[in-house]
Amino acid sequence: MKGHNTIPMNEDYYLPHKATYPIVGSIGLTTLLVGFANQLNGHAIGSTLMLAGTAILVFMMAGWFSEVIRESLAGNYNHQVDISFRMGMIWFITSEVFFFAAFFGALYYTRIYAVPWLAGEGAFESTGELLWKGFQNVWPTNGPDSIGGVGPEGHFEPMGAWGIPAINTLILLSSGATVTWAHWGLYANNRRQLIIGLIATVALGFLFVFLQAMEYHEAYTEMGLTLGTGIYGSTFFMLTGFHGLHVTIGAIFLLVVLLRSLRGHFGHDNHFAFEAAAWYWHFVDVVWLGLFIFVYWL
Amino acid sequence: MSASAATHDDHHDDHHDDHGPAKGFMRWVYTTNHKDIGTLYMITSLIMFMIGGAMALVIRLELFEPGMQYVDPGFFNQMTTLHALIMVFGAVMPAFAGMANWMIPIMIGAPDMALPRLNNWSFWLLPFGFVMLASTLFMEGGAPAAGWTLYPPLVLQTGDSFPFTIFTIHILGISSIMAAINIITTVLNMRAPGMTMMKLPLFVWTWVITAFLLIAVMPVFAGAVTMLLTDKYFGTSFFNAAGGGDPVLYQHLFWFFGHPEVYILILPSFGIISQIIPTFARKPLFGYSSMVYATASIGLLSFVVWAHHQYTVGMPIAGELYFTYATMLIAVPTGVKVFNWISTMWRGSMTFETPMLFAIAFVMLFTMGGFTGLMMSISPADLQYHDTYFIVAHFHYVLVPGSVFALMAGTYYWLPKWTGYMYDERLGKLHFWLTTISVNVTFFPQHFLGLAGMPRRIPDYAVQFAEFNAWSSVGAFVFGFSQLLFIYIIIKAVRGGQKATDEVWEGASEHGLEWQLPSPPPYHSWITAPFVK
Ligand code: HEM
Ligand SMILES: [Cu+2]
Repeated sequence: MKGHNTIPMNEDYYLPHKATYPIVGSIGLTTLLVGFANQLNGHAIGSTLMLAGTAILVFMMAGWFSEVIRESLAGNYNHQVDISFRMGMIWFITSEVFFFAAFFGALYYTRIYAVPWLAGEGAFESTGELLWKGFQNVWPTNGPDSIGGVGPEGHFEPMGAWGIPAINTLILLSSGATVTWAHWGLYANNRRQLIIGLIATVALGFLFVFLQAMEYHEAYTEMGLTLGTGIYGSTFFMLTGFHGLHVTIGAIFLLVVLLRSLRGHFGHDNHFAFEAAAWYWHFVDVVWLGLFIFVYWL
Repeated sequence: MSASAATHDDHHDDHHDDHGPAKGFMRWVYTTNHKDIGTLYMITSLIMFMIGGAMALVIRLELFEPGMQYVDPGFFNQMTTLHALIMVFGAVMPAFAGMANWMIPIMIGAPDMALPRLNNWSFWLLPFGFVMLASTLFMEGGAPAAGWTLYPPLVLQTGDSFPFTIFTIHILGISSIMAAINIITTVLNMRAPGMTMMKLPLFVWTWVITAFLLIAVMPVFAGAVTMLLTDKYFGTSFFNAAGGGDPVLYQHLFWFFGHPEVYILILPSFGIISQIIPTFARKPLFGYSSMVYATASIGLLSFVVWAHHQYTVGMPIAGELYFTYATMLIAVPTGVKVFNWISTMWRGSMTFETPMLFAIAFVMLFTMGGFTGLMMSISPADLQYHDTYFIVAHFHYVLVPGSVFALMAGTYYWLPKWTGYMYDERLGKLHFWLTTISVNVTFFPQHFLGLAGMPRRIPDYAVQFAEFNAWSSVGAFVFGFSQLLFIYIIIKAVRGGQKATDEVWEGASEHGLEWQLPSPPPYHSWITAPFVK
């Protein structure tokens, strides 16, 4: 019953009997985190546990998603179930937006308030006078004690906007276009367009990650810019790092969608997974624009 | 319809028709049923309530008289920290999530929650998180002891338990976000025909807004504690002034989460109280739509008042002023709610069964806490109150005779529906009076202690504070042990007693769909959607 009925028929709403994977997920996540905590505390068992936890999580996700895909292919999901999935995805992305907001907030707060105050601006004259005399309000900074960040020149270099980051902006923006083009292909029942569009998107996504890895490499080896380079290094790497992680996740998500498209899983009115991946991808895209403007450029 | 019937036979002939729950322990591990999951949440909550309560009694035992008697100061601090974390994340939030699971699908005429597997996971992360948190007690350096707010730089001195604390918060955060997504989706997508948004029972409405708050602020908290983690282990400088960061930044991030969080702890209570008062006043709720708008405005305002927790930290004067006025503004929609509850009772033909007693006590005592909040919202006045027992009194008034009373009211109100048996009304009333008297004996004197300058989170105090502290400790022990009676009453009702009717409370079927189903409802609640006029 895959009609667009607007009146819910409770009988037709697919309710799974049993959820075997969540508990596996809990065990996996806990193993991973307990391992990580042990690692941080310097216990040798940590890395083993982390590996085990990751393996369990991968197993869980593969199993859970295949179960859902099987049910979807069997036609169990009606329009209302589809809407539940969509809403779930939208609210999930909303929560991700707020996760990034925390790190953007940290960036704005330090740039607008903390660093100027340390330099004695506004009512904080005595801070500048007594704590760190002579510290200037400049951005980028690694703070009055010049924490971390000794490059070949004896100080760190900030990451400019117009090299790799500008190229990466183009890459992500075009990948947003290719995924939309693929979507049009799906609507038009044009399989070729769907598949080529997805291949291009996935390729651009991984290219982005690759270039970002090069950028990080250069920062660490040649610019004296690391995660530990004061507040600039902290905000730079945490923001771009979490973003890069999301690009990776999004690209894997799109890759799965590509594989499913090759098997003909999607129809023009039945492709929640495709849309979820595309929404996620656009979200990652928008975050990048924020990064490009506020982290690299201004 | 025939088309859909054919589809059944082809594909999913096994997924509804039939059958009750599976057998054995694994039923609870694998369950996707909203009532099973609701029950699991509530049992977990009761257990955590007892553990967190035991910790509170350790605190009150030490504070019974001046001087150091029973525990060392480090352990005392571990107790205050764990008590708060466990009560907030372990007792109150899961209890509300449990009631949401049980009641929302029934109240809106849905077959179950929208995403049943996710629902299972939301619950099943919790036990893992709590075991992890509890295990920190046995680690090198002890459990976290910097207070539930985990302020740096102090919290960075935590021993081995530090990363475990952070990861517990991540786990609980993921769980809450998934539960919130599920609840919002269920309400937006699963309502029975005719159940428009402006007909939703208030418990459902308040939960929708709570879920939105959760989705918005839990990730910020997760981000903030992640920064703590990287500051400690990966050399970042978010909260380190020497590197250009600022410890106050953590406070902003924390309270951006923390203030909406306190509303996460109270909004569903508003919902429960708004269900109960009309039933026992035998009148419809006064000012339904103003209740909805008031809840929404409280939810929105809660995002823009956070720094009233930081008046003493050295904010610019404009910040002090802005946060003072914005905070005072919240009292307006809160006042609307209180007036509406009272107007609902006005000239109603009231009876005073246990749920109603708790609801009335809620209205009076929560309002007390609201008033002290208003006092503290004025920043020049708060310079005096901040970090004293006055605050402890404030938030315990809003949280214990506030949130916890609403949970108890809700439990008595719906227990006959859940179990099919009436609870023992005589014992219920006894529980109410013991709890209400002792809660006031415990927390009222703390106002005086705070005004006289007794600091919070300190295990010893000047002798001038002895008397009020002794009262407070006595009250706390009576309160604590009275809760054993609560558990006894619940177990007794689960095991049997007088059969409950479908309606349970006289005339209740006018007040919600839950009273139109049998008590207890069938395993799958609304297999056929009701039509709501
Ligand atoms: C009328 C509404 C309210 C106002 C104006 C208000 C105001 C305040 C203010 C100004 C503080 C900070 C005091 C200080 O640290 O110096 C505070 C603390 C607190 N409030 Fe409220 N409040 C209100 C309602 C609530 C509610 C409904 C809850 C929870 C159910 C709550 C829970 C708390 C908690 C837990 C703290 C202490 C946090 C800590 O420092 O550990 N408040 N409140
Ligand atoms: Cu607050």
